[in-house]
Amino acid sequence: MALLLKDGAVAENSWLAIDDEAVTVPEGPVIVSLERWRRDRAALSARNTPLGVRLKSDQLAGEVAADLDRFTLVALEFPVFRDGRAFSTARELREHHGFTGEIRAVGHVLPDQYQFLVRTGFTSVEVADTAKLESWRHALSEISVAYQAALTDDTPLSNLRRRVGTVG
Amino acid sequence: MTHLQAGPYHQAGQYHYDEIDRRFLAERVEQFRRQVERRISGELTEAEFRPLRLMNGLYLQLHAYMLRVAVPYGVLSSAQLRQLAAIGRKYDRGYGHFTTRQNLQFNWIKLVDVPAILDDLAKVDMHAIQTSGNCIRNVTTDQFAGAAEDEVVDPRVYAEIMRQWSTLHPEFTFLPRKFKIAITGSPHDRAALAIHDVAVRARRLADGAVGFDIYVGGGLGRSPFLAKLLREGLPEADLLAYLEAVLRIYNQYGRRDNIYKARIKILVHEVGIDKLRQQIDAEFERIRGPKYRLESAIVDAIRAHFAPPPFEVLPDEVPSVVVAMTGDAAFARWVQTNVVRHRQPGYASVTISLKPAGGIPGDATSEQMEAVADLAERFSFGELRVSHEQNLVLAHVRRDALHALWTELGKHGLETANAGLIGDIIACPGLDYCALANARSIPLAQQISERFADPERQHLIGELKIKMSGCINACGHHHVGHIGVLGVDKHGVETYQITIGGSADEKAALGAVVGPAVGYDEVTDKIERLVAAYLDWRLEGERFIDTVARLGVKAFRERVYGPAA
Ligand code: SF4
Repeated sequence: MALLLKDGAVAENSWLAIDDEAVTVPEGPVIVSLERWRRDRAALSARNTPLGVRLKSDQLAGEVAADLDRFTLVALEFPVFRDGRAFSTARELREHHGFTGEIRAVGHVLPDQYQFLVRTGFTSVEVADTAKLESWRHALSEISVAYQAALTDDTPLSNLRRRVGTVG
Repeated sequence: MTHLQAGPYHQAGQYHYDEIDRRFLAERVEQFRRQVERRISGELTEAEFRPLRLMNGLYLQLHAYMLRVAVPYGVLSSAQLRQLAAIGRKYDRGYGHFTTRQNLQFNWIKLVDVPAILDDLAKVDMHAIQTSGNCIRNVTTDQFAGAAEDEVVDPRVYAEIMRQWSTLHPEFTFLPRKFKIAITGSPHDRAALAIHDVAVRARRLADGAVGFDIYVGGGLGRSPFLAKLLREGLPEADLLAYLEAVLRIYNQYGRRDNIYKARIKILVHEVGIDKLRQQIDAEFERIRGPKYRLESAIVDAIRAHFAPPPFEVLPDEVPSVVVAMTGDAAFARWVQTNVVRHRQPGYASVTISLKPAGGIPGDATSEQMEAVADLAERFSFGELRVSHEQNLVLAHVRRDALHALWTELGKHGLETANAGLIGDIIACPGLDYCALANARSIPLAQQISERFADPERQHLIGELKIKMSGCINACGHHHVGHIGVLGVDKHGVETYQITIGGSADEKAALGAVVGPAVGYDEVTDKIERLVAAYLDWRLEGERFIDTVARLGVKAFRERVYGPAA
């Protein structure tokens, strides 16, 4: 089982991830792969419930740009935490394509990346239910200064610096 | 002396930390302490911990841990160098090793000591952040920045801006591979721009404002490439937005399937510079906006840290120097090679060679570091630099104090007069430390510098840059050595490939192989024969590299290996 984290705390997950092979799509909010979206576009669009799409790390923001108004959630996959492409994808979705829905990190991510995720536009993170929640909570307040503009930031304090990580 | 309060420390041309910077550093040290604990408790696997410790400069080498301390663009205060000396004495073997990235490495570190060392570093506003790992590394620059006679823009200002911008960048800390940026503000390139992932040439645009030419895709290793021009005349205000665009394209499209093809040079090579430029420009147009604008007020605030030190008004030529030169051949040689002109009349910049004959290139003992720290305070406003050629530099020395400085250096074995000469060898750690090495490089460098130890002979030969790497990763930059030496493994035997004609300055070139690889014992002889050929053939005023360019590699091959080779 996976847990969902928002703002450093466990949050309720109202979304169901749908297997590409699943024949029927249950009621309620579901997340499908990009491939399934392309295959079943008409049927999925006809449903009257929120829809989410899941992108692999090599499926960049441009792949869903034209369809973004159909999605309430975009899940970005980290096959391994060292693969940092999704940081750019999230930022592109927000800054370039104006996506305002939920961006969720799924796959292998570390607490040490939590602040980076938030600062590039992620709103939630899926973690294993064995994850040390204390480390995740702590991660958001660990570093309180940033030296570059990112998504969530106010104006600089001085030079290039700004305060971050006020959550937690 | 009160180095930390007033006086020399605050005269040093470097970015001075304030409360906010110190808080950041303290938090970062604490974060690493917790990461170590989480590794020990098993919460982090070794595979997860490894990139985290690398981003804090901690490597596991052949025999021990190595800690690579960041020296931002190579600038240090005397107080900082003293602290490095103390750390070297307390936690290492009384040594430090200065690197081609203008950083300092401690080669014999225990993991348990690392948090304490990071604490000690933080006391003098230093750290090991981003000296390793697949992130934006320490930005490097001209060791004569702020002093060079030919400088048009002070590169330290923008190096510091890029340092801040890249520190724990939320988007660019898990890149396909490491990312190295260099900047220069002089027409003569002393920062080896051509071998960097991104290189910035700061200059004056037609209207007199500061602007940048941006180069991309340089790098050595098994597929060496020289950086290509990406953008000309970028306005100052766009520097960070443009870098964001370059990094974002690289982060998204750089190859992650093969570690040897993951640097941006391969992306440039595979996509082509024109197409890549289009992608980057399109991204840049999207990013460019008030949020990512580099405001001139920010630049001014950072520039204030690099104000010139309080120079005395002096006549340009100081008779006492000339007198001393005529009276002392050794001093005269040192002035000729290790002293360069300064933009301020009556001053000069001095290279302190860390390449004594038979020494380990770039090594300094704790005693030597302390001596240099004292001398920097006495002679150069408490500031010094590390050059990418693994030497130290006192940038602002009064010309009439040169003889006194040289005399003091002599007491610590630091008076070697060989900057830019054949004994000023760049060598990677090689088989003595590095787990990836095929061959030794340090002992070979020692052997070569001993063979050419005679100062008169070195001066007769003139400028000749030997660069050596212990394997194809090319940490010793052998491709761009006037003479390059590369260790290769031939059926388990240490063998060396020799190249000539490489160069890392504004006329950058990759060297060409001069003949079949040779064994450890033959390298120095081959180099001697190359030098002999050059001395026979050189025309008036020609450097080794000029003669190679004029006559071609083949002439040297035939001379050194015989016509059939
Ligand atoms: S060039 Fe090779 S041997 Fe030398 S330091 Fe780099 S990886 Fe190690």
